[in-house]
Amino acid sequence: MKHLKTLVAGIALVAGMSTAAHAASTLESVKAAGKVKCGVNTGLAGFAAPNDQGVWAGLDIDLCKAVAAAVFGDANKVEYKPLNAEQRFTALQSGEVDLLSRNSTWTLSRDTQLGLDFVTVNYYDGQGFMIRKDLGVSSAKELKGATVCVQEGTTTEKNLGDFDKQNNLGTQPVKFKESDQARAAYDEGRCDAYTTDASGLAAERTGLKNPADHIILPEIISKEPLGPVVRHGDSQWGDIVRWSHYAMIIAEEKGITSANIDDVKGKNADGTEGADAEIQRMLGIVDGKMGEGLGLSGDWAYNIVKQVGNYSESFERNVGEKTKLGLARGLNALWTQGGLQYAPPIR
Amino acid sequence: MAEISAGHTTHTTRVAWWRDERKRAIIWQLVVIALLLLGIAFIINNMIINLRTLGVPLGFDFLDSTAGFAVSFSLIPVDLNSDIGRLILTGMLNTLLAAAIGIVFSTILGFLIGVMRLSHNYLVSRIATVYVETLRNVPLLVQLLFWYVAISKLFPNVRQAINIGDLFFLSNRGIYSPRPVAGEDFGIVLIALLIGIACAVGITRWARRRQMATGQQFHSFWVGLGVIILLPLLVGLALGSPITWEMPELKGFNFQGGLVLQPELAALTLGLSTYTASFIAEIVRGGIMAISHGQTEASLALGLKQSWTLRLVIVPQALRVIIPPLTSQYLNVAKNSTLAGIIGYPDLYSIIGTAQNQTGRAVENVAILMVFFLSLSLIISLFMNWYNRRIALVER
Repeated sequence: MKHLKTLVAGIALVAGMSTAAHAASTLESVKAAGKVKCGVNTGLAGFAAPNDQGVWAGLDIDLCKAVAAAVFGDANKVEYKPLNAEQRFTALQSGEVDLLSRNSTWTLSRDTQLGLDFVTVNYYDGQGFMIRKDLGVSSAKELKGATVCVQEGTTTEKNLGDFDKQNNLGTQPVKFKESDQARAAYDEGRCDAYTTDASGLAAERTGLKNPADHIILPEIISKEPLGPVVRHGDSQWGDIVRWSHYAMIIAEEKGITSANIDDVKGKNADGTEGADAEIQRMLGIVDGKMGEGLGLSGDWAYNIVKQVGNYSESFERNVGEKTKLGLARGLNALWTQGGLQYAPPIR
Repeated sequence: MAEISAGHTTHTTRVAWWRDERKRAIIWQLVVIALLLLGIAFIINNMIINLRTLGVPLGFDFLDSTAGFAVSFSLIPVDLNSDIGRLILTGMLNTLLAAAIGIVFSTILGFLIGVMRLSHNYLVSRIATVYVETLRNVPLLVQLLFWYVAISKLFPNVRQAINIGDLFFLSNRGIYSPRPVAGEDFGIVLIALLIGIACAVGITRWARRRQMATGQQFHSFWVGLGVIILLPLLVGLALGSPITWEMPELKGFNFQGGLVLQPELAALTLGLSTYTASFIAEIVRGGIMAISHGQTEASLALGLKQSWTLRLVIVPQALRVIIPPLTSQYLNVAKNSTLAGIIGYPDLYSIIGTAQNQTGRAVENVAILMVFFLSLSLIISLFMNWYNRRIALVER
């Protein structure tokens, strides 16, 4: 009898848990939990990695923070869940995380077959190769018969296959579950080359024994638009994530930073010197309905910029030219400066 | 009840079915099974509904689509145009290979260490003790990483490979050796080998019969081995050379041609065998200690040598104690091989991981993984149970 009761209770519990994921909207469940559960990389310098003080930092981390700032008005109400390449989509599907901000490439099959939606692109990337300088290779097309270290469960694997087929290279991929294992094996000379997204190469190179001995080859063999992912079927939550990123872009475009935002807000509020209507709408000075449409308070965008900063601040702080990664803005410059980062207007 | 005991009649009133303990037990069991099935059905149904809500398809049609990714090690030919099903098959074979090598070597090493631990020689038994206590108390994952790093540090870079007579090359990309390529007449050599094996079996049988009848012994093992090796060798020499050797050669980035033992497979099988051997050693020690010391004394009193005592008297009896727990260790080897992905060996789990990511079919891929390991474990266990019955004590 006792066993029977346990069994019945167990079934009820499982039933309860598995239905809970779809009972409430993501925004409601996030508010109820008091934090955004954000799926992030297990450790990719500049994008998502614990810093010297053991605090998570990076471009992808900033997006998690922006969403928390928009929802709660507090950028620190985030719970980071480190996920490897293989676990990430399943973790989002099952409701273990509310948002996946983990340098994931937007592809048609992922967008349609996983029950997930990519909402925007927070980093335009492409796959490249890193190789030892002393091998004297200057182009990826010279990698005939080379052994290449790859992380398993990524679009990288397939791109390598496509590039190989196209150029008839016959490369030998050695695949590892974790990126640090792949990098270590490359560092030990198990592989001739290491391949991943160009931004990732810059990040991984900083972790090699002697970074100066390695070069990143000029070819970019694929388009890798990296962006945040949400569950399919909850467009309100998708909107919140998308516009959290856009708010950071628009802030950069309008020259609003975390430092000057109170100034800008003040000036636009009293309308002394030529108030900008979009800034007024964005910061909720007039027409507070912008936040309402997202299911958020009127100062959602103010909180993002004030607490996290605009896109440029986030970029330069985490991956920019003054950091160890030393990445140029390139494709990720604003559209006004020849890049691809473009946000629809707030109106 | 009172009525029955009061009346002196053979008539028994029929007991209501809910008062019958046997029937009640059966009913309860049926109820539990029904609830369990209902629970499982509910969970599966719930999963299907949830997947449908998310718009995720369910089915095994993806196995036919082109995989478009390569693997570093395969027993069957695969290329970038192979379909996902074939790559999964590759993974299964790779897992079976690693498990088979692991089981063979852990058994040999385990028996050796187990017997060593019982040795009267202080040094030998201490070495065995240290081996067992170290290896079984360090997590397997750590040991695998250790072996992998050790191999890559031990051997030089591929360009500075250690050259042994232009035949063998040792580098951190693997050990390269010449590969035999069968010539036209190789079939005849194979036939000679089969005849050799048949002869050896015949000799062994004849020797056993003679020993039973006359007590005379014959070195059937060595003679048999000689026949198996010499017969095909002589035939081969007579035919010229039916085998040519393909030599490994450093071309471009890597050695081309020849046979290669990759560091991933080496580290995995080394790690699995040494780790599991420490458990098998304890099982063997326990098995031998379970045999009464009187058996040894009696055997020695009959004039049998120490080594014969062990081989003919102790081990056959100890096996009955050893086999059942040994089975679990074999199952562990098979299951632990899934750690391969961490050191870059393309086993089934690792390839399933890629397939899952390419196709997004988590449920189906995990199902394949579960069915494969369940079948593998059941086959190992069925075989070991058969063997266990075969060596069981036959009462006469």
